[in-house]
Amino acid sequence: MSQAIKTEKLCFTYPGVEDTPGVAVFDGLDLTVDEGDFVAVLGGNGSGKSTLAKHFNAILLPTGGTVWVCGLDTSREENLIPIRRQVGMVFQNPDNQIVANVVEEDVAFGPENLGIPSGEIRQRVDAALNQVGMYAYRQHAPHLLSGGQKQRVAIAGILAMAPKCVVLDEPTAMLDPKGRREVLDTVLQLNREKGITVVLITHHMDEAAKAKRVVILDQGRIAAQGTPAQVFSQVDLLHSLGLAAPETVELCHALNAEGYSLPLDRLDAESCAQAILDAITGEETT
Amino acid sequence: MTPLLEVQNLSHTYSAGTPFAHKALEDVSFRVDRGEFIGVIGHTGSGKSTLMQHLNGLLKPDQGRVLLDGKDIWSDKKFTRECRFRVGLVFQYPEYQLFEETVYADIAFGPKNMGLDGKEIDRRVREAAGFVGITDAQLNASPFDLSGGQKRRAAIAGIVAMEPELLILDEPTAGLDPRGREEILDNIQTYRRAKNATVMMVTHSMNDVARLADRLIVMSQSHLVLEGTPEEIFSDPQSLVDMGLDVPEVTRVFLALEKRGLRLPRVYTLDQAVAALAALKGGARHA
Repeated sequence: MSQAIKTEKLCFTYPGVEDTPGVAVFDGLDLTVDEGDFVAVLGGNGSGKSTLAKHFNAILLPTGGTVWVCGLDTSREENLIPIRRQVGMVFQNPDNQIVANVVEEDVAFGPENLGIPSGEIRQRVDAALNQVGMYAYRQHAPHLLSGGQKQRVAIAGILAMAPKCVVLDEPTAMLDPKGRREVLDTVLQLNREKGITVVLITHHMDEAAKAKRVVILDQGRIAAQGTPAQVFSQVDLLHSLGLAAPETVELCHALNAEGYSLPLDRLDAESCAQAILDAITGEETT
Repeated sequence: MTPLLEVQNLSHTYSAGTPFAHKALEDVSFRVDRGEFIGVIGHTGSGKSTLMQHLNGLLKPDQGRVLLDGKDIWSDKKFTRECRFRVGLVFQYPEYQLFEETVYADIAFGPKNMGLDGKEIDRRVREAAGFVGITDAQLNASPFDLSGGQKRRAAIAGIVAMEPELLILDEPTAGLDPRGREEILDNIQTYRRAKNATVMMVTHSMNDVARLADRLIVMSQSHLVLEGTPEEIFSDPQSLVDMGLDVPEVTRVFLALEKRGLRLPRVYTLDQAVAALAALKGGARHA
């Protein structure tokens, strides 16, 4: 499988100001994201998640090592524009990402900048708005939309540029539960139906549980990676890093301390309930 | 007994009289007793933040009244000003409002405005820093050298230093990692206990309010639609989902167990869930 993103011995230090030394974030980080993958990146505040994301479309450049995006070295200036066509970014605050007064004009901003003919822009904007379920709002003013709707418009703006990869940096931090569901469902659909590679940075364990792969960053290093079930079953490690497992796993983990022996890979309420029921009825029959 | 806060038939319309008029609050009434911890939940745009900004007089009601200790906060200018100190409002992402050269100066800004003397200001700054875990060394640092979680706590200390009787926090844990969230929530509890303060917390985290709040207020489409203990509010998951909200995940697990024929109490926190199931296991073992 070819790789959408690859970091090779990535080093990055934020430059110091005047006499203060710089802050080293990465010192030789190796990470690959396969094409079509859905990778959730977790880690405490200050673990390097956002710094990493900014390397994925060359907002930041490595101070050592190499970052390859769709086979292109981000440190070569002639690669900048092709890379930014391939990788779209969505940030935390929807209000900082919307530039136009009408939803469809906002979505058209990206493809206009790419110099795409206007007929095709129309098609791309309509398709992108349909994809995120916001077509009915195409004539609306973005500032009157809900947070979840604004984030979906921001995602549509990225889709209209037809990227191979979307990087989302805590896209749901400011949203209510419904807004979070809307954004996450949209992202899952892009990955499954359009084959778009997704990198999702989040503090919400239940969102990460929906990814194909989870990477845990701690102080610029990979502390754990694997499928959500593999990573979240390491509850003690997560706690030691200031993180938590999804609530269902936390429940099973706490119950195991009370004499149960439950699996730690149940990531949704239904399968968790089934495991608990099996444990209880299993005991009664023996 | 007079409640600490009473909101009576409060309505507020933004851009009234223009084509963009938007009714953000409609006929909202509730009361908060001294020492309560109230959780405020509701979808984005439901009117939560508009409501909070009425409680210390940042916004003036179009209709209705806000009473602090039984007195309308707009009854006279002096009282309105007093209310701004007695009701402390921590906005969303308060760390963007840090502006002084040192953390100490930033925390001291509120008490200084209250006209307190230097010694009292110093006591309050140090005590507030203590509540949120800011060290002496950090007090002398620039607020911009702190980490995200520390900045948030420094900003909260700036409000806490005014020693408000009612501390209102608008999504104090948004954007923080699980450890950072825990720290902030612990800080709020510490302040509340030390000063016997009343707290209102706006949040999207059902788990947090389930665990901390005595009572919940649910806003939907500019109206106060539900009011009750977490137990009462989370007993009807579907109506919460219809309002764009949710129930805690452990409540969901218990509903799924109920569906499978198990008889269980209603739970909404992890500790309650563990206790209920541990008892069941113990019972099964002895059976």
